[in-house]
Amino acid sequence: MPKELWKGNEAIAEAAVRAGLEAYFGYPITPQTEILEYLSRRMPELGRTFVQAESELGAINMVYGAACTGVRVMSSSSSPGMSLMMEGISYIAGTEVPAVLVNVMRGGPGLGNIAPAQGDYNQAVHGGGHGDYQPIVLAPASVQEAIDLTALSFDLAEKYRAICMVILDGCVGQMMEPAEMPEMKPVHRENWDWNTDAKMGKRERRVLSSIYIEPAEEEKMNLRVLNRWRTIEAKEVRYKEYFLDDAEIVVVGFGTAGRIALSAVREARTEGIKVGLLRPITVSPFPYEVIDQLTARADAFLVTEMNSGQMLEDVRLAVKGRVPVEFYGRLGGVVPFPDEILNEIHRMAKSKLSLDVHPRDAWLERMAHA
Amino acid sequence: MATENLVYDRPEGFTDTPTHYCPGCTHGVAHRLVAEVLEEMGVLEKTIGVAPVGCSVFAYNYFDTDFVEAPHGRAPAMATGVKRVMPDRIVFTYQGDGDLASIGMGEIVHAAARGENITVIFINNANFGMTGGQMAPTTLPGMKTTSSPNGRDVETQGYPIKVAEMLSTLDGVGYCVRRSLHDPKNIRLAKKAIRMAFETQSRGLGFSMVELLSTCPTNWGITPVNSLKFVEEHMVPFYPLGDYKISEAIKQIKV
Repeated sequence: MPKELWKGNEAIAEAAVRAGLEAYFGYPITPQTEILEYLSRRMPELGRTFVQAESELGAINMVYGAACTGVRVMSSSSSPGMSLMMEGISYIAGTEVPAVLVNVMRGGPGLGNIAPAQGDYNQAVHGGGHGDYQPIVLAPASVQEAIDLTALSFDLAEKYRAICMVILDGCVGQMMEPAEMPEMKPVHRENWDWNTDAKMGKRERRVLSSIYIEPAEEEKMNLRVLNRWRTIEAKEVRYKEYFLDDAEIVVVGFGTAGRIALSAVREARTEGIKVGLLRPITVSPFPYEVIDQLTARADAFLVTEMNSGQMLEDVRLAVKGRVPVEFYGRLGGVVPFPDEILNEIHRMAKSKLSLDVHPRDAWLERMAHA
Repeated sequence: MATENLVYDRPEGFTDTPTHYCPGCTHGVAHRLVAEVLEEMGVLEKTIGVAPVGCSVFAYNYFDTDFVEAPHGRAPAMATGVKRVMPDRIVFTYQGDGDLASIGMGEIVHAAARGENITVIFINNANFGMTGGQMAPTTLPGMKTTSSPNGRDVETQGYPIKVAEMLSTLDGVGYCVRRSLHDPKNIRLAKKAIRMAFETQSRGLGFSMVELLSTCPTNWGITPVNSLKFVEEHMVPFYPLGDYKISEAIKQIKV
């Protein structure tokens, strides 16, 4: 396929269509509405299902129903809408049915604003809904990656009967870039052994539910999902590395923050600073092991995020206090410039770093004196 | 030799599982009517039920069809998802009044407004049964519940919602009626209505709902027999039985 100019949100929508999306249920919210609008045209022209729901509550439960029948189904939203979906997300996880969800994150909490942010990392990666479950979470940093990861998310969701979430921000959702679409895959209904598509004279009845009224049975379910998660952790960690071979300083950032950090890393390299970038693609499962290995040869880490340091805690878990971890964040919809991150790299290359201060405290201290 | 005629048996639409409902509760009657109708229409093999949260949370144990279990109040949205991707299947929700008229009011109204081709069996027993008899949107004025211990005071606790009347105003609704389960005659009428609701769906004629006035002897704190009297004497006058909307196309159906 030739490269075409695609807007991030529309690219995600078309990528889902080409991955065999059979049903989309959504609700308008900035900055993801183009996904809904695009699919309101595209799905009917292909004879597929599009419903604009009455709310995100409605949308996620339509997704839940369609997912139970075994078809490829998706919804998309932005931060406040995702909060509303959390009930349904927990039920979908508890029922072990596959579903794809896209969160084009914006500034928060509350109504916040519609500017790009990464404040929903914890909600996506560490739950959000009630109970024990873990979704797969993918974080694209470009329109091309958004296309590729959307297509991948359907395969992962089905493979593990799990929720696969794509989290991006308004930057990736709204910008246009040249990108290549995959070939159109035909809609294909798998012959699952779990879906409730009615008996049709072929089998015994099936029930899909998240109820396990006996605690011992619920525990079994919890452990089944946990063991599946361990397989996902072992097999599905994805990340991109840049200039890490001889890096003394390792910058870690996902999505847009990671992409901006790459500009800073490239600039620092031209100055002779041995700095590299690790950009997690799967923020869940998180690349703990990769960071663990990097800790053996790096002098320090710099975590950059468009939030108050949410992934920072996962990096610190992997580093285990062996080398200093520093943090630089912009929040509330403010996007950092590469120079801001470059300044941090300069500072780290020049000064002695401490293991004793929490990186968030040190960052706030620096901000107060800036 | 005398012949024996079997006049009453477990419908094919039921599994062998005994229900968990309290003695005297009319959920069992409503379940049976639905099972009989699905059997008589020959659609058990292509039916997918959506269970609610409430006393009928375990409905999926009793019907011999595929079933999914919705979050509290969300059954009409879930049924929408099922039906839209499986339009040739029969999809129904079975919901109580806490589920449908309280937490799930948004989902039921919009499913009806969209004219979703699903059937809703709505059990109105004027309280939240499963959690122990709290006030529901359908609780009668003055009626005592565990959360309106002095009787529902409409000045502070609002007025009951007449669901069948309200939904009948929506253009997407094809069939919307209220029946009662308090005596054999009304049970027969209820079954006819349930049949018409499923016929509406199988013909693609829009959203269909049967509201069933039902008993809750345990939480009402009266005997099963007195519960039936309570429905007749107090609920029917407040929630009049009748056909609130039957579209022209549905009126032509002869079964």
